[in-house]
Amino acid sequence: MTSPTGFQMNKPVLAIEGLTVSFDGFKAVDDLNLYIDRNEVRVVIGPNGAGKTTVLDLICGKTRATGGSIQFKDRELTKMNEYDIVRAGVGRKFQTPSIYDNLSVFENLEMSFPTGRSVFGALFFKRTQEVLDRVKQVSADIFLGDLLEQQAGLLSHGQKQWLEIGMLLMQDPELLMLDEPVAGMSVSERAQTADLLNRISQGRSVLVIEHDMEFVKSIAHKVTVLHQGKVLAEGSMESVQNNPKVIEVYLGH
Amino acid sequence: MNALNKMLGGRQGVIGLLILAALILVVFPLTLDAFRLNMVGKYLTYAFVAVGLVLCWGYGGILSLGQGVFFGLGGYCMAMFLKLEASDPESTKIQSTPGIPDFMDWNQITELPWLWVPFHSFTFTVIAVIVAPVLLALIIGAALFRRRVGDVYFSIVTQAIALILTVLIIGQQGLTGGVNGITDLKTLLGWDIRGDGAKLALYFINAGLLFACILVGKFILNSKLGRLLMAMRDKEERVRFSGYDVAAFKVFVYCIAAGFSAIGGAMFALQVGFMSPSFVGIVPSIEMVIFAAVGGRMSLLGAVYGSLLVNYGKTYFSESFPELWLYLMGGLFIAVVMYFPNGLAGLWESHGRKWLSGKRKPAPVLSTPAPVVTPTPASADTKTVSPLEIQP
Repeated sequence: MTSPTGFQMNKPVLAIEGLTVSFDGFKAVDDLNLYIDRNEVRVVIGPNGAGKTTVLDLICGKTRATGGSIQFKDRELTKMNEYDIVRAGVGRKFQTPSIYDNLSVFENLEMSFPTGRSVFGALFFKRTQEVLDRVKQVSADIFLGDLLEQQAGLLSHGQKQWLEIGMLLMQDPELLMLDEPVAGMSVSERAQTADLLNRISQGRSVLVIEHDMEFVKSIAHKVTVLHQGKVLAEGSMESVQNNPKVIEVYLGH
Repeated sequence: MNALNKMLGGRQGVIGLLILAALILVVFPLTLDAFRLNMVGKYLTYAFVAVGLVLCWGYGGILSLGQGVFFGLGGYCMAMFLKLEASDPESTKIQSTPGIPDFMDWNQITELPWLWVPFHSFTFTVIAVIVAPVLLALIIGAALFRRRVGDVYFSIVTQAIALILTVLIIGQQGLTGGVNGITDLKTLLGWDIRGDGAKLALYFINAGLLFACILVGKFILNSKLGRLLMAMRDKEERVRFSGYDVAAFKVFVYCIAAGFSAIGGAMFALQVGFMSPSFVGIVPSIEMVIFAAVGGRMSLLGAVYGSLLVNYGKTYFSESFPELWLYLMGGLFIAVVMYFPNGLAGLWESHGRKWLSGKRKPAPVLSTPAPVVTPTPASADTKTVSPLEIQP
């Protein structure tokens, strides 16, 4: 970021090349190339079964690639442990809100604070002022500032989605991946989430999977359409929406 | 001081601990005769296992049906030392090979096996009591949790290990004393452990160690690690993708539970005076899970009460109606699982406390909704879903 020469700036944060994964011969992702720049908000859309969630699984190490490479800041992710990928700066939100129902909102956020991650680190972890400040700031960002003591299982669906985004923000990842962040949200919650995403995408790259086209329009810098594990089209929202191939396989249905 | 207070679970936690301490350290020794007190001491050795299970099963979600393995290993290590001390050449001079344990002589063994040799040292024995079981737990845990073997599959593997160890012990009669186990233990460093005075002393040592384990457990549950265990039970994937090595945490808590069980086993050998494969296998391992379940798998103190009550019931019923006990035990387990999954501690949380506070004048409300800046999340111990946490 500090380099003004442009070379550094233009180098993508995430470079996926020739990525392939096959499940019993079925290629869920097929020779995929995808580049994400710094500070970019990229939305991936595509019909069901296009391989969108699988791509996220591959990046965060949940699924292992059959071939190809995933470079994140010049580090090859395909060979790394899940937790090492997270520690390298990749955060991922799951499709259904994954939060800890039995812990409070505060504790949920605290769990994601990036210290005390080893066994003994966790055993002797101290709740420092830094942690408190961070939780306070993030909880305000995700509209849950007044609910820190609330047991997380009792939050509404939309609030759970925000909480999980907040848990990722605690890690301060350089690449934030969100799988359907507004699924099941009301209209006003969607607007708030779009606002949230526009705020938190400052200084980091965001990769979003989403079906809601209004929402996509409000956040996307660039849209990638996946179809049968391959990139069908890529570009601005308008160019993608007017692409006849896209209309045929996806929007036209 | 504040941190210590929080670790003990606040005022209620301290009171609970004091009540249990009074019961074990004062009431039992004053009211029970030497024989009954020794029996309570024996029950309390099982409480070590139950306390370990609260950590590993209740909070960690790892249901081990083979804790008898660790209890047994700890017990056997201690029994081997005691047996060697009881087998000095003087008292075994009628054997064809004096100076080795009697059962070895019966099995035509003429030299002390190499495995037994280091157990001449008490220091080595004390270390082995803890290290051997923890090492085994580390190997089992690392092998299974790294491969993401979990839930019921893990339980089945632990059962298999309990069975394997039993078969091994029974099969190696010359090395282990076979099905009879290691018997006729007499002295510890020259101190006769069979007398009433020694039994009383051992009872208190046992109780002291149990409270030490409970405090270690409280420390763990109150740390971030305790909350991580609960988080892993809720959403393991979320923890993994928040940058934690989930398997390492599971191995850790499984090793802690193994270590606790082993201390219980060693104290069992000291207080009861023998160790046999009947405390290693599947049935005793499952019984130990029932102690924790009845007491409350989310409560360290509840596990102690569970061990005491179920074992008291077992002794009482097997003295009076021996053939009924197994059915009662089965029924008890089913009832716990179906009607009060958090055991006695859960019942106390949901009913007992309410009843108690109904008797007293309602306490003045100390804190209005906590200020946002200094959150004080509820302590992890003995806390399930408390209605106090729900704010309007």
